Formats: sequence, structure tokens, C-alpha cells
Amino acid sequence: MSVYPYLVAAWLLGIGLYGVISSRNYLHLIMCLTVVQASTYVLLLSVGYLNGAKAPIFADIKLGSRVTDPVVQALTLTDVVVEATVVALLLALVIQAHKRYRSLDPDEMVRMRD
Amino acid sequence: MIVGLFGVALVVAGLVWAVTGLHSFGAEHSRYGYYTAHRAVPQRQTTNSVVAVAFDYRAFDTLGEEFILFISVVGVVILLRGLRGEREERPEEELVPEQRRSSESERWLGVALIAPVTILAAYIVTHGQLTPGGGFQGGVILMGAIAFVFLGGEWLILLRLRRGARWAEIADAAGAAGFAMVGFGGLIGLGAFFANFIPSGTAGSLLSGGMIPLANLAVGVEVAGATLTVLSELLDQRLLSGR
Repeated sequence: MSVYPYLVAAWLLGIGLYGVISSRNYLHLIMCLTVVQASTYVLLLSVGYLNGAKAPIFADIKLGSRVTDPVVQALTLTDVVVEATVVALLLALVIQAHKRYRSLDPDEMVRMRD
Repeated sequence: MIVGLFGVALVVAGLVWAVTGLHSFGAEHSRYGYYTAHRAVPQRQTTNSVVAVAFDYRAFDTLGEEFILFISVVGVVILLRGLRGEREERPEEELVPEQRRSSESERWLGVALIAPVTILAAYIVTHGQLTPGGGFQGGVILMGAIAFVFLGGEWLILLRLRRGARWAEIADAAGAAGFAMVGFGGLIGLGAFFANFIPSGTAGSLLSGGMIPLANLAVGVEVAGATLTVLSELLDQRLLSGR
């Protein structure tokens, strides 16, 4: 029973979440969020992996060869695109917040609002 | 504190439960994955089974992903443009002081890389059904090629390009609409949304895969337009704030 890649995914999720919770800077928080999302890539790809298998692209291997799971790889592609769009949107929000409060610290912003 | 620790314990317990429930790494086949991988060539003449999943078997999901991309770009534009209007009265020449020009070597490198990177992007988009690649990857590379224009050009040209950012928005919208049209093509031709309505051709040739090359092209245009729009909006903020 080999679970190490799953543990890597869990670890990435853990440190990413820790970063999100403990962050005092919105830019830093977004980077931590990307770490959380990186854990989903590791999880998806390791679920689809097969020992000794090749990439599921039959341009230069024979049909019927041992290949990894193409479905989770397509899912990972979707995942990457969604992450990029989410990050772009969050960065735009951060720019607006910084223009308004001149700070990226969530606590500072709450203080300034009072 | 107690609540926090309880939360952490809950997350850890959930993760342990989830990980131990998974099959051993690299030992098992998902039946659906195996079936899809080995049906893509006989059924669709597509040697890249990942692209066959993304743009044919599960094209409907990719349509949703497309619209996520499109809507978030609209969100970025709305968020950043509202503020720009307030400061637009500045004459643009003032934004281009001498030190903002890129260096000579940077310019030449940019100019030299535009053509090869554009060709690479076209290659990646059009060969998506054959080898690793496809619309998403190619679209991002195409955006990179245009970013070299940004890098290589004078900042003044860049400002003119910014007005050309409308073209990026149009490409974004046209690509998203084009992908949906491919779906409607299936609806009209075969009676099901995203049914592959174009003959598949022979595996290994450039026009194999039926609608897959068409879908890749639409997605490539959309992704390039979307990333370019976001890039030019963010760059705009940089120009406005870096006075």
C-alpha cells in the first residue's frame, strides 16, 4: 500500500490552509490559495497514475498499452484554468482594496473602516 | 483555541479517512479512464486521449470552464476599469517618461522572439488532437508572443496597444461563442449538444478528430484574448500608479 503521493497532496493542502488562515497580507493569502489548489493537482494526477504506464497519447505507442488515466488529466487541465482565472479576479480585488485603504493587511482595513 | 484545535483535528481526521480510502498509488486502473483512453483512437481518430476527453467526451464540462474564464475576465475588467475612468484626464504622453523605455537588447530580443513563439502557439493549438497540447496551452503561448510585443516595443506603442485591448476582448468573446457554436453544430447535425458532427478523418493526420480541432481553435482564441485582456488591465494599473 503506497500512499506517499496522497500524503504530499494532504501536506500541500495543510500548509496552504495554514498560510491562508495566518496570512496578514492579501497578496500572500492569494499565493497560499494557489498552494491549496496545487494539492488538488497532485491528488488528481496521483489517483490516475499507474505503475509503469505511459502518457495516454497514442501518437507513438501502441493501442492497448498500459497508460495512465486521461480523465483525471483533463480534469487537472480544467483545474489549472480555473485557478488562473480565480487568481486574476482576486488580484483585481486586491488592487482595488489597496487603492481604497492603502494597505494589504486585513486587520488594518477593518481598523480603517471603523 | 479549543474550537480551533477541534477544527484542525476534524480536518486531519477527514484527510486520514479520505487517503486510506483511496486505492494504493499506481496499482489500479479506473475502468472509465481505461475505456476512454482506448476508445479515443478507434472512435474519434484522436491520438491524444486527454484532448478527446476535454473537447469531445466531456466537452460540456469544458464549456462551463470556458464560461468561468470568460466571466472572471469580465469581472477583472469591471473591477479595474471603474477606477481608471476617474483618472483618464491625464494626457498620455506624461505617462511615458524617458526611463520607461525598454533597453535596446530587450527590444531586439522581444522582436526576435515574436515570430517563433507565434508559430509555436499555432503548432500547439492545431496539433492538440495528435500530441500533448491544445487550445488552452496554445492560447497562453500566443498571449506570450503578444507579450513580447509589449516587452520589445516602446512604451508609447504599448499605450497604443492598450487601445487595441478591445481586440483582445473581442477575441475572448468570439472564442467563447465559437466553442458554444461547435456544441450547437452537434445539436443541429446529430441532435445532441456537442455530438461530434464532423467526420473523424484518419488518426495521426492534422484534420483528424472531427470537431476537436475546431473546438481547440475556438478555445485557443478565447484563452489568448482572455489572458491578454487581464494582462493589459493589470499593466494599465501599473502605468497609472507608477507615476
